Amino acid sequence: MSVQSKPTQQLALIDCNNFYVSCERLFRPDLAGKPVVVLSNNDGCVVSRSNEAKEIGIKMGQPWFQAKALAEEHNILALSSNYALYADLSNRVMNLLAEFSPRHEVYSIDECFVDLTGMAELRSISYAMRERVMRWTGIPVCVGIGPTKTLAKLANFIAKKHPRSKGVFNYNALTDTQKIKLLSRIPVDEVWGVGRKLAPRLAEYGIQNVHELREAHTPTLRSEFGVVVEKIQRELQEVACVAMEEVTPPRKQIIASRSFGNPVHDVASLKAAVALFVETACAKLRAQQSHAAMLQVFLHTNRFRSELPQYHPVMAVPLITPTDSSLIVNRWAGLLIDQLWRPEYAYKKAGVMLSEITPNTQRQNDLFVESEPAEESKLMAVLDRVNQRFGRGVVRISSQDAGEEWGMRQERKSPAYTTSWVELPSAVA
Amino acid sequence: MQPIPIQAVPVLLSSFVASVHAGFPSPAADHCQKRVDLNEHLIRNKEATFLFRVRGDSMTGIGIYEGDTLLVDRSIDPRHNAIVLAVLNNEFAIKRLYRRGGVVKLIAENPIYPPIQIKQGEELSIWGVVTFNLHKLY
Repeated sequence: MSVQSKPTQQLALIDCNNFYVSCERLFRPDLAGKPVVVLSNNDGCVVSRSNEAKEIGIKMGQPWFQAKALAEEHNILALSSNYALYADLSNRVMNLLAEFSPRHEVYSIDECFVDLTGMAELRSISYAMRERVMRWTGIPVCVGIGPTKTLAKLANFIAKKHPRSKGVFNYNALTDTQKIKLLSRIPVDEVWGVGRKLAPRLAEYGIQNVHELREAHTPTLRSEFGVVVEKIQRELQEVACVAMEEVTPPRKQIIASRSFGNPVHDVASLKAAVALFVETACAKLRAQQSHAAMLQVFLHTNRFRSELPQYHPVMAVPLITPTDSSLIVNRWAGLLIDQLWRPEYAYKKAGVMLSEITPNTQRQNDLFVESEPAEESKLMAVLDRVNQRFGRGVVRISSQDAGEEWGMRQERKSPAYTTSWVELPSAVA
Repeated sequence: MQPIPIQAVPVLLSSFVASVHAGFPSPAADHCQKRVDLNEHLIRNKEATFLFRVRGDSMTGIGIYEGDTLLVDRSIDPRHNAIVLAVLNNEFAIKRLYRRGGVVKLIAENPIYPPIQIKQGEELSIWGVVTFNLHKLY
């Protein structure tokens, strides 16, 4: 009797290089080769760095007041974040990547999984994806291919790190010996979902590199680190088992998503479902005492029913005034659903992602009005209770809509080059 | 067996849209009910198309004026004679691209501006190809 093994999955992760800086450079040719950083809301922290800025030693997430001296010394240009621009370019990149495979899944504003299983000429497809994103949108990307999401992500890390790869790395093309050699060289905190917090604890168990995590004693791993780390290990062993939501790094983005029991056709039901996800995501946001500045909404048809027409759209929109309000986010989510929904498909899954999350404290540091974050969240909790009793949206906090008056600090923001008729880039004729 | 020659006679296909007024209206005519969408006609690749505003008067000869809005498509090959958005000395420039016999020039459409010859070793990058000009007339 012969057992036919399932063909290895060829999952590609496409990740935009230094995405926000790359967006800024598209309309500022003079910034090519120069050190540039993009700052979070209110110019609080460094959220994107050009390679030049990385080399100078600016750290990801570093508060701007700490990085300022170094930045001035090295003439680093710091820009406020321009989420309208980033959202538009993200939508362009995601839409064009969707044409490469009916099975794709957006993971964040600048990352997307594309399933290339069963396709010939993987190398040339990978380079074609890279080339087309660059050509059409001006955004440089790297492509990592692996049998699971975790390994695709790791392959992408290698594609980024090693110039020799020319932006594409296929883990599946390695021999077993090469895999061991490679994994032994990568520190464990580079693995998706492990991070800097878990790494020291893993080290206590003698797990320092990725190979050691892959080979670790599974029952111990599960009892000491829980089911998520066990799943990560299985993924490293080339068994696909991780859903995106499970390994989202805390605070960086919040995903709320679910598969529907029965396929959903109509736009009203979709909106109702998405309103629930918004509620969940915003409640999490409030629990973290944070605001989000970017919203993405995605829809999926049933990828396992390949005989049915497939459609996996996603769209991002900036929350110009960062918010934690379910009402405001839901209004935008509804508009996005209107844009994405097509009547001819049966939807199996939908979800929302909130990103560009900053703590309230950071936001309020820069306000003229002294306001205790604790007071505000108390107010929100009261609001939640009132709304629960008398119906959603009965009472609103004025600050949710009055954000603009507070005036976010964005001293170094570039124009909304692609989303505002009056801010279009100019060209000399 | 004799091969049958493929005749190089063009087959004429006439296309007319719902111009027959006999009988019941065809449901196929429905798509004509939708008002013309300029996006559909002006943008051939929406992911690769960007808008730019014109400054300067070097292209007035072909009707591109200060304040006009240009549609620029990054996915089109910049061929000889195309109107392009070039990056020259880190600035965006609108010119006609000349590419013949190893010579690359950016040509203005206004006699007071001489052509810009790109010399060996100089780098010229073409950001995109201009596909339409939106010129306000009122």
